[in-house]
Amino acid sequence: MADIKPKIRLPKDAKKGDIVEIKTLVPHPMESGQRKDSKGQVIPRKIINKMTVAFNGKPVFEAKLEPAISANPYISFFFKCSESGTMDFAWTDDDGSVYKASEPLTVA
Amino acid sequence: MTHPITHTGISRRRAVATLGLGGLAVTLVPLSAEATPDSAKKLLSDLVKAAPKAGKVQIKTQEIAENGNTVPVRITVDSPMTDADYVKEIHVVSDQNPQPGVASFRLTPASGKAEVEFRMRMAETQNVIAVAVMSDGSAWTAAREVKVTIGGCGG
Repeated sequence: MADIKPKIRLPKDAKKGDIVEIKTLVPHPMESGQRKDSKGQVIPRKIINKMTVAFNGKPVFEAKLEPAISANPYISFFFKCSESGTMDFAWTDDDGSVYKASEPLTVA
Repeated sequence: MTHPITHTGISRRRAVATLGLGGLAVTLVPLSAEATPDSAKKLLSDLVKAAPKAGKVQIKTQEIAENGNTVPVRITVDSPMTDADYVKEIHVVSDQNPQPGVASFRLTPASGKAEVEFRMRMAETQNVIAVAVMSDGSAWTAAREVKVTIGGCGG
């Protein structure tokens, strides 16, 4: 699971004061812990349980996810552009791994 | 409770041994749908202290979901999203899934707009319930029924 690459879509050009939608998707099975394999054994739960977003180091959005979230979790949220900077994303897996990504946001 | 292992043609002895090993997992992970309107309500009262009033929250989703594996849900809350008055949290539960919890979102005035979208699993036809907690501590709620053609929790 080392090569999980989150996909993030945010606008290239934004003006100060614009409220923009930021869309994210992480390729991940989100194994719910409810399914069984062909031998009838429960497949252990392994999901992304938390997503955090910070802009220029300041937390701006957080999501706590449960097994009811679909595989390849897609989350979108809004952000009010005030200045240029970097948006840092982090997703925490049940096994403790953290998948990180950063995107620049340029505000005219 | 019928255990699927009895249908696979494995000998009874083997089946009993496997059951013994898997017993703990089986008790921890119930086979039937566990979330009920009551357990969903209880989870919400654990998550949100204030008693939620109806209003301000809108749930946009499919009326009929053909595929319960991935049902898009968009939640919008009426709020100016200023430093003085903003949506702090949005909690989402459902009442007929194996577990009632779906997701909890934490917003800030920097969000600009109190709106989130995600895709969820639905085991069967059920209600999605969202509760928004405002910066002043008040809570608002809405519920929406989604009819599911093919459930999304099977193995």
